[in-house]
Amino acid sequence: MATNIEKLKQERDAAWRDEIRKSKKNKERTDIPRVHMPEAPAMERRHSYVEVNSGLITEQAVLEASRCLDCPDPTCISGCPVEINIPKFIKNIERGEFLESAKVLKETSTLPAVCGRVCPQEKQCEASCFYQLKLKKEPVAIGYLERFAADYEQQSGQISIPEVAQNNGVKVAVIGSGPAGLAFAGDMAKFGYKVHVFEALHQIGGVLKYGIPEFRLPNRIVDVEIESLQKMGVEFENNFIVGKTATIDDLREEGFKGFFVGSGAGLPRFMNIPGENLVGILSSNEYLTRVNLMGASQKGMDTPVVCGKNVAVIGGGNTAMDSVRTALRLGAEKAMIIYRRSLEEMPARVEEVKHAMEEGVEFLTLCNPVEYIGDSTGRVKQMRVQKMVLGEPDSSGRRSPVPLEGSEYLIDVDTVVVSVGVSPNPLISQSLPNLKVSRWGTLEVNPDTLQTSIPDLFAGGDIVRGGATVILAMGDGRKAAASMHDYLSNNQA
Amino acid sequence: MNKVVSKSFFSENVVCIEIEAPRIAKARKAGHFVMVRVGDKGERIPLTISSADIQKGTITLVVQKVGVTSRKLAELEPGDYITDLVGPLGQATHVKNVGTVLACGGGVGVAPLLPIVEAMKEAGNRVISVIAARNKDLIILEDQIRAFSDEVIVMTDDGSYGTKGLITEGMEMVIAREKIDEAVIIGPAIMMKFASLTTKKHNIPSIASLNTIMVDGTGMCGACRVTVGGKTRFVCVDGPEFDAHQVDFDEMLLRLGGYKELEKQAEVEYLCASKKK
Ligand SMILES: Cc1cc2nc3c(=O)[nH]c(=O)nc-3n(C[C@H](O)[C@H](O)[C@H](O)COP(=O)(O)OP(=O)(O)OC[C@H]3O[C@@H](n4cnc5c(N)ncnc54)[C@H](O)[C@@H]3O)c2cc1C
Ligand SMILES: Cc1cc2nc3c(=O)[nH]c(=O)nc-3n(C[C@H](O)[C@H](O)[C@H](O)COP(=O)(O)OP(=O)(O)OC[C@H]3O[C@@H](n4cnc5c(N)ncnc54)[C@H](O)[C@@H]3O)c2cc1C
Ligand code: SF4
Ligand code: SF4
Ligand code: FES
Repeated sequence: MATNIEKLKQERDAAWRDEIRKSKKNKERTDIPRVHMPEAPAMERRHSYVEVNSGLITEQAVLEASRCLDCPDPTCISGCPVEINIPKFIKNIERGEFLESAKVLKETSTLPAVCGRVCPQEKQCEASCFYQLKLKKEPVAIGYLERFAADYEQQSGQISIPEVAQNNGVKVAVIGSGPAGLAFAGDMAKFGYKVHVFEALHQIGGVLKYGIPEFRLPNRIVDVEIESLQKMGVEFENNFIVGKTATIDDLREEGFKGFFVGSGAGLPRFMNIPGENLVGILSSNEYLTRVNLMGASQKGMDTPVVCGKNVAVIGGGNTAMDSVRTALRLGAEKAMIIYRRSLEEMPARVEEVKHAMEEGVEFLTLCNPVEYIGDSTGRVKQMRVQKMVLGEPDSSGRRSPVPLEGSEYLIDVDTVVVSVGVSPNPLISQSLPNLKVSRWGTLEVNPDTLQTSIPDLFAGGDIVRGGATVILAMGDGRKAAASMHDYLSNNQA
Repeated sequence: MNKVVSKSFFSENVVCIEIEAPRIAKARKAGHFVMVRVGDKGERIPLTISSADIQKGTITLVVQKVGVTSRKLAELEPGDYITDLVGPLGQATHVKNVGTVLACGGGVGVAPLLPIVEAMKEAGNRVISVIAARNKDLIILEDQIRAFSDEVIVMTDDGSYGTKGLITEGMEMVIAREKIDEAVIIGPAIMMKFASLTTKKHNIPSIASLNTIMVDGTGMCGACRVTVGGKTRFVCVDGPEFDAHQVDFDEMLLRLGGYKELEKQAEVEYLCASKKK
């Protein structure tokens, strides 16, 4: 994108940027060690829902910001799926203009306080930082800084509500209130549309609310973003399942002109091994939903949750880490990750694995369950696991695990959380027989416009990608908004 | 939020609630259910839509008080609001004209049976209903079932009403007498287990509507899973109705008990707290 490079260069040439750059020698900057995120002590936090990362204090943030070299060719930006202008927001932190910094984030990202916390930075922006690529040093802590600026704005009470164009009277519907739907809603409101978000559950926020736990992403952070959208005129309706409570056709009749499906990949997968339906074996979605959406761990809540003593979580993704750390917080004496590949292949964010280890989670890698054994009341009491070795790399480039014959052994467990992936939510495709769906159940879209086989229906996020990330879902929401705006503008007159 | 329009008691423990929900009233079919949450601290529970009035924009639920949430629901008065109500959920009943249908309802299972009986009758079937409960007080909706049945047989365990005996005895009586083309079985898991063994013995195609524990009701959590024909199925999205002869009722019974102690404890705490008030 040539214009983009031009624009970046122009902004970089601004007098204040030049001044900041000259204020310190590069050598001085590169000599500063990467900041450490202040954390709640491992042995205390493992029993509480307090946020683990407490956030940088101002001095730390400014110092870390000064590490960034404001590169003429900022490679970090190409590592960010939504191409946040990283040096611009960071240099604003260095000069103490924190609100300005937050504004820069919001030029491209709808949920900076969320992404600063949950993006896999080590695989994205930070992986492409000059420090990492060329200096072989620890990258600038882009994620921590992003969180700092976004939190500063949230706490300042001076949240900038993006300007919205004059209402054009055109109604559009959003199906699902996860990051894809929220990002879409924000951009469409800016373009002047009347946006109505439908959510199946009783809370708005999708996985950000029912999946990712409080100790990693406090609900209030998400609520602030939702309130901003409300201030922009976006309407939210919970307890409404599109395809069930009303169909897309019903909504067309009610005057909706465009639809964005951001219904996520909500269906839990199981392994289909013997004993998997024993009492005490549940999906990570059920476990996390009981605790996060239904508040089962708090006193006075009606929803129960099993507080196992010996808990095994099957899987190596973020969902598995969230589940196993939740088990500790529910009082587990022993909390284990059972993962069939090795630590290196784990898809979870590196920081979550580190935090889980500090909190005392045991990692049984190269190990896979093959059977569950129950007691006379049907409750799981043991699992049979098999050791694995790594074979040739598979289609994902990761070395695939191969079972080791004769290596099976038993582990005592009373609770097992199965966290081996999710499948796309079929509610929408079931209600729209003409909608093109891949053989994995994801919706097929034009990759440039995110338009589905039904012209007024666009889609993005996990329902298109399968289980992916918050930032990719959000990027999709924004892209779909731009192309729906085009589509509706051309089909209006 | 949805307003409670009216409320009446079928017995001390069974309450019938009519709730404003125009969209659900319009969209629902026989066999559908809703998820209900009462109060900010409430849990989500599934309840069958017993009937609906599209003109009034209301749906009716019949609820048996068994634990905290069903009690909270029964305590709501007309004019109160239900915190959360979502639906209609599940797959609708396949209603066809098959000939003669044997409709079997145990306990509060008669409530979800009612809309199916009504739809079966409308489709032109001869409908014979067997409704059963432990005693006379627990027999509900008898008149409503009668209105859509060619014949109703009432069974009570203790003989305080109708014929003394288990539901399976009532079923056997009908099966011995005439050809049954399809059976519909709804009630407590243990009753469904034995009722479906009865129809299996006589090779009568049967559907059972399962009442597993649910959390979201939208296919997201897997709490409601059961084994049907050797495969894991989710009751909330694949069901709630399945081929009764394929359901692993023993597994379902064990899974239903999974939270029993916690629920019991919660109920005791709730009852104590209500007394103090
Ligand atoms: C436990 C967990 C931890 C994770 N951790 C991370 C992380 O650290 N970093 C990261 O980047 N990603 C993480 N992810 C992945 C990330 O959360 C998802 O990729 C992202 O949320 C997808 O966004 P989405 O908008 O597509 O869908 P979702 O967030 O899944 O939201 C979809 C919403 O649509 C609603 N819905 C579905 N069908 C209908 C319908 N028919 N009508 C109305 N509403 C409907 C659902 O109820 C849901 O609320 C994690 C996921 C989980 C489960
Ligand atoms: C699709 C579906 C339709 C249903 N329709 C109706 C209906 O129309 N009317 C009605 O009264 N009930 C119906 N049920 C059952 C109803 O959902 C439960 O009675 C309710 O969840 C109990 O909640 P509670 O908080 O009051 O009791 P809890 O405190 O949760 O439980 C109290 C006791 O009941 C047991 N229990 C919990 N859940 C269930 C369950 N799903 N089935 C059987 N026992 C259970 C517990 O083990 C415990 O012993 C239906 C269930 C399903 C799945
Ligand atoms: S949104 Fe994510 S990838 Fe992009 S800069 Fe922020 S933390 Fe990095
Ligand atoms: S690559 Fe690293 S040092 Fe360069 S601008 Fe980006 S964050 Fe700063
Ligand atoms: S209740 Fe959660 S999947 Fe059925």
